[in-house]
Parts: sequence; structure tokens; C-alpha cells
Amino acid sequence: MSFKKDEDTDELGALMNLDHSTVLQEARVFNETPIRPRHSRLLLAKIIFLLYRGDSMSTTEATNLFFSITKLFQCKDMSLRQMVYLTIKELSTISEDVIMVTSSLMKDMQPNSEITYRANAIRALCKIVDPSMLPGIERFLKSAIVEKSPNIASAALVSSLHLFKDAKDVIRRWSNEVNEALNGKSLSQGPSFFGGGSSAQNQVVSSSKIVQYHALGLMYAIRQHDRMAVLKLVQSFSGQNKSSSWMGGSSPMLRSDMAHVLLVRYAVRVMENDSSLLPQLYMLLEEWMGHRSDMVSIEAARAMCQLKDVTAKQLTPAVNVLQQALSATQKPTLRFAAIRTLNALARTHPEAVQPCNVDMEGLITDSNRSIATFAITTLLKTGNEASVDRLMKQMQGFMAEISDEFKIIVAEAVRSLCRKFPGKHSVFLAFLSGVLRDEGGFDFKRAAIEAIMDLAKNVPECKEAALAHLCEFIEDCEFTKLSVCVLYFLGEEGPLTARPTVYIRHIYNRVVLENAVVRAAAVSALAKFGVSPVADPSLQRSVRVLLKRCLDDRDDEVRDRAAWALRMADGDQSLRDKYIRDDSTFALAVLERKLVEYCADSAAAAKGSFSFESIPRISRAQEEESRVRARMENMDAVLTGTTLSAPSASGRAVGGSESAEPGTPGLGSGAAASGFMDSFEQQAQYASKLNAIPELAAFGDQPLVSSAKPVELTESETEYVVRCVKHVYESHIVFQFDITNTIPEQVLEQVEVVMEPEEDIEGVLQPVLVVPITELKCDQPGTAYVAFEHTDPETFPAVAFGCTLKFIVKECDPATGEPEEGDEGFEDEYSLEATDISAGDFMQATYIPDSHSLWESLGTEGEAIETFALASFDSIEGCVTKVCELLGMCPLESALKPKSKAAHQAVFTGRWLGRTRAVARTRMTYQKGAGVTMELAVRSEDRNISQLVVSAVA
Amino acid sequence: MGMSFSSLFASFLGKKEMRILMVGLDAAGKTTILYKLKLGEIVTTIPTIGFNVETVEYSNISFTVWDVGGQDKIRPLWRHYFQNTQGIIFVVDSNDRDRVLEAREELQHMLGEDELRDAKLLVFANKQDLPNAMTAQEITEKLSLTSLANTRDWYIQSTCATTGDGLYEGLEWLKNNLKG
Repeated sequence: MSFKKDEDTDELGALMNLDHSTVLQEARVFNETPIRPRHSRLLLAKIIFLLYRGDSMSTTEATNLFFSITKLFQCKDMSLRQMVYLTIKELSTISEDVIMVTSSLMKDMQPNSEITYRANAIRALCKIVDPSMLPGIERFLKSAIVEKSPNIASAALVSSLHLFKDAKDVIRRWSNEVNEALNGKSLSQGPSFFGGGSSAQNQVVSSSKIVQYHALGLMYAIRQHDRMAVLKLVQSFSGQNKSSSWMGGSSPMLRSDMAHVLLVRYAVRVMENDSSLLPQLYMLLEEWMGHRSDMVSIEAARAMCQLKDVTAKQLTPAVNVLQQALSATQKPTLRFAAIRTLNALARTHPEAVQPCNVDMEGLITDSNRSIATFAITTLLKTGNEASVDRLMKQMQGFMAEISDEFKIIVAEAVRSLCRKFPGKHSVFLAFLSGVLRDEGGFDFKRAAIEAIMDLAKNVPECKEAALAHLCEFIEDCEFTKLSVCVLYFLGEEGPLTARPTVYIRHIYNRVVLENAVVRAAAVSALAKFGVSPVADPSLQRSVRVLLKRCLDDRDDEVRDRAAWALRMADGDQSLRDKYIRDDSTFALAVLERKLVEYCADSAAAAKGSFSFESIPRISRAQEEESRVRARMENMDAVLTGTTLSAPSASGRAVGGSESAEPGTPGLGSGAAASGFMDSFEQQAQYASKLNAIPELAAFGDQPLVSSAKPVELTESETEYVVRCVKHVYESHIVFQFDITNTIPEQVLEQVEVVMEPEEDIEGVLQPVLVVPITELKCDQPGTAYVAFEHTDPETFPAVAFGCTLKFIVKECDPATGEPEEGDEGFEDEYSLEATDISAGDFMQATYIPDSHSLWESLGTEGEAIETFALASFDSIEGCVTKVCELLGMCPLESALKPKSKAAHQAVFTGRWLGRTRAVARTRMTYQKGAGVTMELAVRSEDRNISQLVVSAVA
Repeated sequence: MGMSFSSLFASFLGKKEMRILMVGLDAAGKTTILYKLKLGEIVTTIPTIGFNVETVEYSNISFTVWDVGGQDKIRPLWRHYFQNTQGIIFVVDSNDRDRVLEAREELQHMLGEDELRDAKLLVFANKQDLPNAMTAQEITEKLSLTSLANTRDWYIQSTCATTGDGLYEGLEWLKNNLKG
């Protein structure tokens, strides 16, 4: 015995420094007869170890090895055979000709084999078969699914799930068997009423729970595209049809907790997008929260927290469950799950989480630092002003103990707290500057200085202190990027402070001490002090002296910047304003795309230099807000993690392109403007897609004026799903139809959209082009186009089009998606909802800086005013959003965020057809009962255009 | 070490081991032969995708018989099982006159392999129970077996797997010739 032990430890030690080629050499013993089972088994273990360690094996090596291993099938040793199965599974993707073991595995999975053989053979077999061979083994797999032994049934179910993606239609046929495994019919038969044999039965039942879990997973995979079937599946297990089930005997029950967790997720997926089912879903979740298993109740609570449009009051039961879980002293996993969910919930419903504050404070000292970090950041979101001091103190205590990842979370939490309680700025600032001095990586430092900058921008009282901390930070900063970032910020904010000279000293130090990149940034910052409108002459003189010294720098960029800054300082005020104090910037995504296009097109340079005219401009505030939102989304991803968001994400993806819609609720201030930014990026994607189509690329010479948001022309659950996007060019309009065929038994050919104008458009719009989809298979979206030429540049039509989908249907084999041979197909039509063109489509939403002075200079000549009584709106907010949509213009600052419920003013800017500048002002009032009354005034360089813009709303 | 020990052990009992490779075109009856030898009964077979391996005991010799599938796509893979093979059983469907030339091609090709240079060749002219079956003599000619006379020990045996006729005669020949 002791001898054997020694040998084992030796083997283990040998594993650590295994050599790839030695092992492969040794593997030649597999070819010898007779087989030495123990020796071979160890060798297989070494091979698997190598593969797990990440050693790569060439195809030839793997194939040779694979065939040597097949020789081991002559040995009947069970433990050797198990290792053989495992190794085959590992090699199945590397080696060629793995089908060589098909017969052997099929023999091992026959009912007369050992259970261990059968289960493992099934798992190995599913790795090596290709879908064409599946019908040959279908019979065996089907019977294995309903096998009494849980090992075999589970193996068959899991293998089927793996095969499902390649052989959907074969496996769909097995739903009866899967259902039997799911409901455990074969087990519930012949129950023993008396004591005898009950222990044996218990054993079967307890270990068979896992079968139910796997069966539910496979069942869902089979039915996932059939909403009604999934709904029935959910309902059958949710005990809602008890009345019918006592008639039929025992109602199906979920014995497996894991299966129940799956059921919760499926229920959410199938019901959350249907408002009529929401109350039922809510009730179900509430019931499931009372489940005896922690796993299920936490999952149900979490699902409830993630429901859309749920109110804080409705969340009470979920929060109660989570609160109880927080005090589960023996189970750190449970505490972690609960606190993580609460943390996510605190972003959307901080008030709902407040009742847990006391429990969470207890967790700050939790020995598990992950739990503690979540606890404290959640508290920061829910806490009130009075508790801030105490929390910050506690946090300082454990900053040193947590990893950078969590430090970033803390920094972000403090940052959002700064906005919430500006009164506590000194506490936050002290904390942030304190952590800046500690050790930390780039991301963490960046999070901290961004938080300080935020504070400086939003809380004027602490600006000077914040800037001082930043100055101190760059004195000893190892990250060039952060230094540049801080220098830029000092250049922006420093000149406006009472004593700018303080910062100049710090900035000039950088010019002396740092690398070229930082020096260049420092020179630009200095320049801003020099040209600041509030700078007194002595300061200007000093800056000029410093800049002149920079002319001797050894780096080109630094010298250039200094020379340019000096030139500016001598120039007149308007020139300075244009270049240094400009508050607008280009939409960077569009700029980047256009530059790439320009560089890629060899003929473009000959045509002329790059034109900035076609690049939309946005305000810096908007750019900043979109950055803030991008950051928030990243934080969400960090905090909630992929696993947490996965179940709802896939469910929502079905609902449509949420990212394309601006103003996703709940994100707060930045949402509206950043949705606007998104549309630029979206537009960039569309444009590159349009340019890829030869017929449409011709229009690409004209700048794309606007691309509207996608509009659904069908219900989302229909046979064919169609979305329409309008693209307006200077003299063309292109309708893009994204079409998805959801019927697996059909292939559509020659798919096109026929558009019938509902009014006469003769002479105004001329249909020029229809681009059909040649072939449309199930679930592979395709895009068709219809293009019109805008022949009369004076008239801008507002017209609706009736749309019909026309195509040829061919039956196809759902497995391959290939149409059946000789099938001529038949023509068919499918009517869609109408789409339209209105004045708003010709407007390019562009930010125009200094809209106020533009408004004044345009004067009343080109003005159009109209007053509307809009009784159908019951809030200003809804009205202004709708108006913005109709105008197709860029909302300024707080246009979409009315401060008062009774009256609101909003300003929009844009360029008609990308050229003529237009400014729209609306004043609206709201009275209960009468709805919204709105006055819309539009000024532009052309009175006709102003009237057209007004007509967009009419 | 373990190897020499076990072979020593085997020779004490007087039990010899032999490694046999059984190939042939698809549907020649290889798997049926294997299980007739192993179990003494007729099993229902499906086309072998890959191989079957069984140990058959006959007159104190343990034959490890590798029955490798004969479908087109499997034939190129036979070569993986040539190493250490002492005897080849080549099974021919005597009733399949159309493909006997194809069988000859495969056989000649295989016999050209260096790894099989010392292997004895036993040809089973199977399915002799069928009315239109070729005789062993006919098959000898069709497979050009006579041209092998100087270079290799070979033997042809008419068999019928379903009745078991001829199978053990074949093994007997292998036993006698493998001894040396």
C-alpha cells in the first residue's frame, strides 16, 4: 500500500514537468500487445494534462495519437476505457478521421453494456458524429434519454443539447422523450407505498434531479422559437393549472433546484416583453421567492429586480428576500449573490434598497472583501448625507486590502456620490486625493482623477482645492496619458480661477521636466491662460515669455504649438474665439469614417481636399455626456457581470435594437444627448453598408443628409419581420428594409418591397432602383432597398407609402436550409405597415454653436411661426420628445428635460439638406384637461424652409 | 519489463496471442464473421463506421481480430492497423461479381505495404450459400492470388458466415502457419 502511494506522488511530480514530445513517444506503447492497462491509463492522463495545460498538437501528431488510442479498445479494463473516452473527447477537435471510433462507441452504448460505459460512450460519441450520421444513432439516443439510470439519461440529454445547434430538426423530433425525462414519468411509476425499498427509491429520485435540469434545458432549446410552447412549459411547472392536473394524476413537479432556476429565467424571457403577461409573471416570481431553496428564491428576486418598469413598492417582496439572504452568516455565496443584486438594483431604485441599509453596514466588515466592497458601494448609493462621513472613513480603512478592480468600483461610487451630495465635497476630495497618493494601476488612477474633475466642475466651491490636488498629482505622475488629461483640464478651468498664476507654475514645471507628449499638452494649456478673456496684461506678458522659451524645445510638436499659441496671442479676439474658445466639436465617429473613406479612395485626393462641410458638429457638452454614458455602461458591465445580465440580455435582444433608440429611461441626464451621439455612429454604419452596394454607392458621392431611426413595419412575432430605415441624400431617398424570415421550412427568393405612394408624387419623386434579396433563409436577416430620385428640388414631399413584401416561396429542408430540388416555388405577398416621408427627414440634426446669436442675426425675415393646441399629450416631456422626433433636429442643452411641468422652452438646431442652417424655438405650456399648447418659431436663411420645418409638426 | 514478463507467463500456459486484421469491401460479411466466431451466433449488423475488435479463442490460441469497416471513406484508414499484424483475413463477397476487381485493387494495394511484409494472407470467399456465388478457384484467379506464390504464404477458404462453414478451417490454417 505504502509502495503504491509513493509511486502515485512520483507520478504527480512528474506531471509538473512533462515534455510534449516525450509523452507522444511513450504513447507508442498503445500499439503493443498485450495492452498494459495501468501504464496506459497514466499515459492518457499525461496526454490530457498536456492538452489542458494548453500545449498545442499538430493535426498529424493528434491523428497518430488518436489511432494509437483506438487500439486500446481491445482491452476491457473499465478504468482504462474511461480514460480512453475522455481523451477521445479532447482529441475530437484536433485529430482527423475521428469517426473511426463510431462503431466502438455505439457498441459501448448498447443496453447490455455497463452503465459507466454507456453514459461515457454517449458523451464521447456526440463529440465525433457529424449531423449526417445522426439519423443512424437517433434510435439509441432516444432510448437513452428515457433511460432509468440518471447517468445515462443525463449524458444523452446533454449530448443532444450539444448536437442541437447542428442538427436542430433531428433533435426536435425527440421532444416526447425529452418530455418524459422532464416529467420523470418512468420514475414515478411503481412507487412503493410501504417502507421496503424506500431507501433505494430515494437514491434514484435524488440523483435523478439532475436529469430534470438537463431535460428542461434541452426542452427549452427545442422550443425556444415558439413563444406559446415556452409559455405552456412555464405554466405547466408553475402550478397554475392545478385544477386540470388533479384530473390527470400527479401534476408535474420540478424536483431539481437548478431546473427551477432555469424555469425562472425562461419565464422572464418569455413573459417580460408582453405587458398582458406581466402581472402573471410578477405573481409567479413572488410565489417562487418563497421556494425552500435559496438558489431559487434569490433567482426569482433577482429576476423581479430586473423587470422593466417595476416600481419600488412592487419590489418590496424581492428586497425582503435579499435582505434575509444578507444575514446568512454561514453562506458567503448567498450573501454575495444578494448584495450583488442589491447593488445593481441600487442604480435604478436606490429607495427600494434603503430598508437593507442596516444589514449592509454590518457587511462592511465581512471577511470576504468582495462582499464588503459591494456592500459599501451599495450603501453609498442608498445612504443619506449624514452617513457619508462614517462610510468614507470606513472605506479609507480597507482601500489597501482590495484589488484594483474593486478600487475602481469604489472610485466610481464616490464619483456618483459627489453629484448627489455636493455639500460633502471636502470629505470626498480628501478621500480621493488620499487614494491618489497610494499605489494603484492606470485605470484606478484615472477613475480617481476623473472623479476629482467631476467634483471641480460641478461644485464651484471646491474647484480651487480640486485643481490644487490635481497639480500635486501631476508633479509625480507615472502615466503620460493622465498627465495630459490633467493638463488639459487645468487649461480649461485654471484661467477662470482667482489666481491663475498658481497653476501656471505647475504647468511650466511640466514643460521643463517631462517627455515630449506631456510638454506639448503643457504648452497648449499655457496658451489657454494667455488668451483667456479674463487674463490681465501682466499675466498675458508672462505667458508670452514662457511660450517664447518653449520655441527652443527639441521636439517639433512642442515648438509648433508654442509658435501657434504666440501667433494667436497676437491675433485679434475673433480669431482666438474661433480656434481656442470654440464650444463645438466634430462628431468624431463620422469624422473618422469620412477620413478613412477619403484615404481609401485613391481618386478622392485628385477631386479636392477633404471637406469638413459634411461632418456634423456637436457641442462639447454633448460629447462629454456621451462619454459619461459610455462610462456608465461600462460600469454596469463591470458591476453586474456578464452572467448577471445574460438572461435578460438575450430576451431583450429579441425586442429590437434598444441601443439605437435614444433616451433609454433610467440613465438620467446624459441619455437624450448621447442617444443623439449614437445616431451618428449608427449613421456611420449605415453609410458604409450602403456604399457596399454598387447601385447605391453612386449616391454616396452626395453627402448623406440623415438616416432615420429604424421603424418596425411588422409585429415582432410574425412570420416575416421587417424594419425600415430611411436614408436621405441631397437628391435621393433610399429606403432600407431589414427583413428576417422566421419560418425554418421556407426559403424566400427574389424578396423585394413594393412601395405604393398614397398621393401623387409624379414629378417630385421618381422611383429609380429596387434592390431585392436573392435568397433569404430562416434567421439570416437580409436587406432590400428601394431608392427614389428627388427630381424637384423645390418641393419637399410629405407622403405615405403602402408597403408590400413580394417574394417566391420555396419549401426547404429545415436542417440544411437548402430548397428542395425541382421546387419551382410560388409567388406570395405579405402586406406591411405603411411608411412615410416628412419634412423632418430632410433635416440634418447638427449642433450649431452659439445658436442665440444666429437666431438674432437671421432676424424675422426668414421666420415662420405657428401655434398648436395638442390635446392628446398629457405631459410636456412626452410632447417635446415627439416634437424633437418630428423636426429631426438636434436638441440643445436641456431641451428634452423640462424643469417645470407647466411651461417649457426648447431650442433645436439643424441644417436643411445638410446646408441651410435652421433654428427652432418652441414654447409650450401644459394645463390639465387642455393638453399642451405649443408655439413653434423657426428661423432660417430661407423663409420657405422655415415653413417646411414648421409643417413637419403640423 | 512488463511486456516480457507477460509473454513469458503466456508461454508457460502454452497460450499464444495472434493479431489478425480482417478487411474487405463493405458488405462482405466481416462483422458477421467476427461475431459468429466470438459468440457462435448471428447478430444483426449495421455498416461498421470504424472498427470492431474482439478476442477469439481457438485451439489454445488467442486471436485478437480487428474487423475494420470496408466503406470507401474508411478504407484509407486501414493502414493505421497494419503495424504488428501477423495475419490478414481478406473477406470477399463471392456473389458480388461486379466489384471483385475493386476488391483485387484494394488487396494488391494493401499487400504492397511494407508493414505487412511478413503477414500471412487468408482469403475468405464468403457467402458461398448464395446460388450465383463464385467458387474459390474463380476468386483466386480474379484476385490474381497465384502471382503471390513466391512472396507470401496465402490460403483461400470458401466460407458461409451464417452457417459458420469454413471459418474454423481458416483459423486452423492461420494457426499452423503462424507458428513458425
